Amino acid sequence: MLRPTLLAAAVLLLAGPAFADAPITVTLKDHKFLPATIHVKAGVPNVIALTNQDDTAEEFDSTALKVEKVVAGHSSGNVRLRPLSPGSYPFMGEYHAATAQGVVIAE
Amino acid sequence: MIPSLSSAVIVFREAIEAGLIVGIVLAATKGVLRRTVWVAIGVGAGVLGACLVAAFAEQISAQFEGYGQELFNATILIVAVGMLTWHNVWMAGHGKQMAREMRTLGAAVSAGQRTLTALAIVVGVAVLREGSEVVLFLYGIAAQGGMTTASLLSGGLLGLAGGAAVSAAMYYGLLTIPAHRLFSVTGWLITLLAAGMASQAVLFLQNGGYLQILQTPVWDTSWLLPESGDGLLGIIGRMLHTLIGYSDQPDGAQLIAYVATILGINVLMRVVNRAKPLPAAVPSPAE
Repeated sequence: MLRPTLLAAAVLLLAGPAFADAPITVTLKDHKFLPATIHVKAGVPNVIALTNQDDTAEEFDSTALKVEKVVAGHSSGNVRLRPLSPGSYPFMGEYHAATAQGVVIAE
Repeated sequence: MIPSLSSAVIVFREAIEAGLIVGIVLAATKGVLRRTVWVAIGVGAGVLGACLVAAFAEQISAQFEGYGQELFNATILIVAVGMLTWHNVWMAGHGKQMAREMRTLGAAVSAGQRTLTALAIVVGVAVLREGSEVVLFLYGIAAQGGMTTASLLSGGLLGLAGGAAVSAAMYYGLLTIPAHRLFSVTGWLITLLAAGMASQAVLFLQNGGYLQILQTPVWDTSWLLPESGDGLLGIIGRMLHTLIGYSDQPDGAQLIAYVATILGINVLMRVVNRAKPLPAAVPSPAE
């Protein structure tokens, strides 16, 4: 178990202080994300501040980002993103998947 | 009136997950007196809990600097892991005695009652987690109008019936296993269920910012078997996700939690087995 511990400590040291800039603001209105394309810095943790302006709840859902978070109607919530490798990561609003689609682009 | 397809689909999707767990729990407690009552209590409490969680979604989220939801999910998953562990460890000490009683009495035994409460909690947690999503989704559709309540409800019931069918298939499938092997198979299923839940709890802790180590995915098998999605592969992936904690992009911390849970449960089972080398033929007063 020594190696995972050492590895964990190393990663903690590396990832600990590096924090991205202010949260990225995203709005959900009429079951659509605005903006639907979100650019983030690769390699650092990011936070999306999602404001749901609709009357009903939505679940920010992304298998690629490994996130599932419910944001109630007329409320907001923060979605944490792990440090991402460069690439694009689709996400959706699970309750209105027909319209609520978006993508995070890490670069 | 036509049943709403979207409500049938989402209810089915969530009901599969809870249904698989109910099926395993029923098989794992085969022969125990009043198990259906306990499982029903678990389901009922889960439904009630799901409605409460959905109703207070905003308030739960607002706790702990906006990460109350992640912490809540991680907590109930960890409770479920604890209950599953307890069941397996208890069975390691009493399983043989239970099987013997069943053979001699040829009827349901009361020995397993205590571990039933633990499994009822697991069922409750499973129903609560999947159910709260269903409640929010259906409430959202209902609030928007454009679909009659009858259509929504009948769609939901169809989905629920599908989930119940999966549960029954799991249960009767497990019952085809010879009686003397059944509990060791359900024991392994429960261990893997616990390991998968532990790995999911880690993910929620990471997403809440409580644990920020080893977050890089170790592998990516989403091209081979996605862990979610509406296609056939997606459904298989989702079922494996529930059953054995399959993840198409597990990270290091999740894998450590997964392996540690399997090892932990097995070590505890062995320790308990050694502590009680041969259970007495007469039930001890503590039973």
